[in-house]
Amino acid sequence: MSRHLSGFRTVLSEDEINRALARMAHEVVERNKGASGLVVLGIPSRGVPLAQRLTARISSVEDIAVPVGALDVTMYRDDLRLRPARALEPTDIPDGGVDGKTVVLVDDVLYSGRTIRAALTALDDVGRPRAVRLAVLVDRGHRELPIRADHVGKNLPTSLRESVRVLLNEVDGQDAVLVGATADAHPAPEAHLAAGEEEAR
Amino acid sequence: MNGESILIRGARILGGPQGDMLLRDGVIAALGGDVDGTGARAIDADGLVALPGLVDLHTHLREPGREDAETVASGTRAAAAGGFTAVHAMANTDPVADTAGVVEQVWRLGREAGHADVRPVGAVTVGLAGERLAELGAMADSAARVRVFSDDGICVSDAVLMRRALEYVKAFDGVIAQHAQEPRLTEGAQMNESELSGRLGLRGWPSVAEEAIIARDVLLAAHVGSRLHICHLSTRGSVEIVRLAKQRGLPVTAEVTPHHLLLTEDLVSTYDARYKVNPPLRSADDVAAVREGLADGTIDIVATDHAPHPVEDKECEWDAAAFGMLGLDTALSVVQHTMVDTGLLDWSGVADRMSFAPARIGRCDSDDAAQGRPLAVGEPANVVLIDPAASRTVDARTSASLSRNSPYDGMKLPGGVVATFLRGRPTVEDGALTWI
Amino acid sequence: MIRHLLSAADLSHEEATLILDTADEMARLTEGRAVKKLPTLRGRTVVNLFFEDSTRTRTSFELAAKRLSADVINFSAKGSSVSKGESLKDTALTLAAMGADGVVVRHSASGAAYRLATSGWISANVLNAGDGTHEHPTQALLDAFTLRRHLGDLRDRDVVIVGDVLHGRVARSNVLLLATLGARVTLVAPPTLLPLGVENWPCEVTYDLDAALPGADAVMMLRVQRERMNAAFFPSAREYSRRYGLDARRFSSLPEDAIVLHPGPMNRGMEISADVADNERSVIVEQVTNGVYVRMAVLYLMLAGSGTGSAGGEDAA
Ligand SMILES: [Zn+2]
Repeated sequence: MSRHLSGFRTVLSEDEINRALARMAHEVVERNKGASGLVVLGIPSRGVPLAQRLTARISSVEDIAVPVGALDVTMYRDDLRLRPARALEPTDIPDGGVDGKTVVLVDDVLYSGRTIRAALTALDDVGRPRAVRLAVLVDRGHRELPIRADHVGKNLPTSLRESVRVLLNEVDGQDAVLVGATADAHPAPEAHLAAGEEEAR
Repeated sequence: MNGESILIRGARILGGPQGDMLLRDGVIAALGGDVDGTGARAIDADGLVALPGLVDLHTHLREPGREDAETVASGTRAAAAGGFTAVHAMANTDPVADTAGVVEQVWRLGREAGHADVRPVGAVTVGLAGERLAELGAMADSAARVRVFSDDGICVSDAVLMRRALEYVKAFDGVIAQHAQEPRLTEGAQMNESELSGRLGLRGWPSVAEEAIIARDVLLAAHVGSRLHICHLSTRGSVEIVRLAKQRGLPVTAEVTPHHLLLTEDLVSTYDARYKVNPPLRSADDVAAVREGLADGTIDIVATDHAPHPVEDKECEWDAAAFGMLGLDTALSVVQHTMVDTGLLDWSGVADRMSFAPARIGRCDSDDAAQGRPLAVGEPANVVLIDPAASRTVDARTSASLSRNSPYDGMKLPGGVVATFLRGRPTVEDGALTWI
Repeated sequence: MIRHLLSAADLSHEEATLILDTADEMARLTEGRAVKKLPTLRGRTVVNLFFEDSTRTRTSFELAAKRLSADVINFSAKGSSVSKGESLKDTALTLAAMGADGVVVRHSASGAAYRLATSGWISANVLNAGDGTHEHPTQALLDAFTLRRHLGDLRDRDVVIVGDVLHGRVARSNVLLLATLGARVTLVAPPTLLPLGVENWPCEVTYDLDAALPGADAVMMLRVQRERMNAAFFPSAREYSRRYGLDARRFSSLPEDAIVLHPGPMNRGMEISADVADNERSVIVEQVTNGVYVRMAVLYLMLAGSGTGSAGGEDAA
C-alpha cells in the first residue's frame, strides 16, 4: 500500500473521520426527524463500509435498527466505454426495499457527480423512494453535473492535478484521507480514471 | 530446334565437382572440365548446382473444367519456376480424363504452352466413378501415350476393379497410381484422426484408412504380378508396409509430397483451410518416418500433388473448404530444407527422387521427349540450376499459378531455382520465367 | 475484458470465476425486479448470426442482450457456404458494414467462430454459440454456474458427464471448463462415442455408468441422436438406454443431494427417463434461466468496456 502513497499528505486522520461520521449521523437523523423510514445504501467499494459505520451510529443514537445495504452502479455508468469492463460489486437491497423510504446514498468522495447520477438511475430500477439524500466523506469539487451532497464529512478544495485517496480499515487496514499529486495531469475528472481513483467506481 | 547454344560455366553437376555444360540443339553437347563454348551464350553458374529437369508424377492442372483455378499454361509455368521440365496431369478434370480425346487435348495444350512437358494421367474408371474401367488401352495408344492411370482424389476401393486394372495395364507397361483412402473409414473426414482432431471437433481421417488400402494393393499387385504406385503416402505405417513389400522384391513404388515432408497437423488448429489437404497433414512422428523412408529409398519419389483452388474455396469454414495445396514452385526448396540441409539426402539423391525415378515410374524416360535422363553428353538438355545458398520468404501472390493456396506463404525457405532448360531452351532464367 | 469467447479452453480460472461472479450479480440485479432491463449496453449492437437453427440458444442470447439494452439483430443465414449459400466471409463483411459490436455465431462447421474472429473480415467481438462438434462455451459456463449454485465451490467436486462425447460440443467445453475450475470430471460413454486420445483429456473416462454414479455430486446427461445408431455407433436405442440411460434405478444409486443436468433438448426414454427428468433434483429448467444470466455476464464483460486491457485489480487503491 505504502508504495502508492509516497507524495501524499494526510488531510483527515482516523479520529477526524470518526468525528465527521458522528456529525453526519446526527445530521441525517435531524434532517429526517428521526431514524424511521431510512434506508442507507453504500456505493461500492468504499461507500459500503462507510454506510455501515454511518448506520451503526444512527442506530445507536436512535436505538432502532436502520436497514443498510449496497448499490453497485457499474451497470449504469455512462463512462463504461472509456475503460475495460469491470467486475461487478454486490448490490444488496435490504428486505423491505426502498419504496416510500428515504434512501441515504453513501460514497467516499464526491467529484464529477457521474457516480451519483448512475446511482440515481440504478435506484430507479430498484423502486420508488420517497426521497433520496447523499452523504459523502469528502467533497473535492469539480462537478460536471448539477448534483450536490446533503451531508459532507469534509469539503476539500483540490486541483485537477491532485488525487484523493480514502483509506478505510475494512478495506485498507487503516483509516485516512490523503491528497497527493498524480503523475500526469488530467484535463478533466471524466477522463480521470486511473486505478483507485475516487470516481472509478 | 532452338538455335541458341548455351554454355553453363562452373555448375556443380548433381552437387559434385564443378564442370561446364554445353547445351546445343536440345541436347547436352559437351560436358566436363573445360568445354569449348565458341558461339555459345555463357551463363556463370559458379556456386550453383545442376540437376536434371525435375519430373512431377502428380500435378493437378485443372484444365479442362476449372480454368479459374489453373490452366495447363499457368500450371506448367509454375512447374518451370519450380525447376520442373515435365508434369503428369491428374485425371480429375471436368470432363474427366478417361478417354483418348481428353488426354490428347491436355497433352496438346501442354505442347502449345511449351513451359514443360505435360504427360496426362488417365482415369482408371469411367468418370472416376469406381464402377467400370475406362478405355485404358485407347489412352495408352493415343498421342498422349498414357502410362500412368489414377482415379486420384478418389480411391479405387473395389478390390476386384483394382485387381483388373493392375492386370490390364500390364499389356502396355502401365502403372496404377492409387490414392489410398478406404472410403468408409473416411466419410466426412476433415483432418488426421488424433487427439487434436478430437479437441478441434473435426472428423478424423485415420492412418489405418490409408494403410489398409496400401496393404491390400501390395498383396493384389504381388498376386497378379503388376506394377503398383502409391500416391502421397503419409504415415509411418504406410512406410513400413512399403518397406516390407520392397524387401520381398515386389514391384511397388511410392511417393511423398513436399507438404508431408514438412508440415504437421498442428497447423490445423488455426482452422485456416490453407492447411486442408488429402491425405491430411499428419503427426511429427509420421513426418520423421516419411523423411526416413525417402532417404533409404523405401519411398521412391517426391511428387507435389500441386492442387490449385480459387480463393473462395479456401476462405471459408474448414468443413466447406476444398482439399489441396500448391506445391510446384516450392517443392525443391522444401526438399532442400527437409532432406538436404538435414543431411538425409545429397543432391544426386534429389536428382533420383525428383527426376530419374519419377520418369522411370511414368515411363517417360525413353521416348522422343525423354525426361529424367542422366546429365551426360547426348542426353536431352533438360537441366535445372539451383542456388542452394539462396533463401526467400514465400509470397503466394507472386506464384505463377493462378491460385494462391500455398501453405508456405510467409514462410522462409532455402534455395532457389535460377534457371530451367527444357531441351536446351530456357524456361526460367535469372530466377524468372522467360516468357509470359 | 474478453475479446472473443471461442473455446472454454480460452478461460483461465480467474476469468471463468469473474464471469460466474458477474452472472451471480446479473441474477441478483434482475431476479424479482419489476424492471429487468439494465442500460449497460445501450447503443451497442449485438448480432445473433445463426447458420444453424437453435431457437433456445438464440432466444437466450437475445434475451440476455436485450436485458442489457443492446440493439439485437437476428441474422439467420439459412444457407451456409457448406450448402453453397452466402459465404461466411460475405456475411461477416455485411455485419461489419452494419456496425455490429458483438457477433454471436452458431454454425454447423467446427471452427467457424474461430475463423470469423481471426480472419480479419470483421473487428467485432465474436462469441461462439456452438460450432459443429467443437465447442459451446456458454453452455459450459451456464452448467458450471448451475453447479456452483447447488454445490458451492467446484474444486474437487465430482461431475459425471454421460453420452455422445465424440459429436458433442457440450461435453468438450464442459470438460475443459470444469477442469479449469478444479472439478473432477468423469466421462461415461460407449467406446464408439469417445474421440481418439480422450485419455489425455483432463478427466477420467469409463464405460461403466453404474460404477460412476455413487460418488457423483452431479450427473450431466447429454443428448444422443438416434441417427447415430444407423452409423453403428451403438446397436439400438434400447441397448443404449439400458447401458447409458439415467433411469429411476440408477438415479437411486446417486448420493442424496446429487443433482441432474441436461443441456436439452432431451430424448425422454433414451438418455434420461421421464421420472428422473421431472425429479426435483433435476435442475434442467433452472439451467435455461441461468443461461440468460451467464450470457448477460459474457456480453457485459465483452462489450461494455473499451475492449483493451483487463478488468482485474482496478479497484485496489
Ligand atoms: Zn490424391
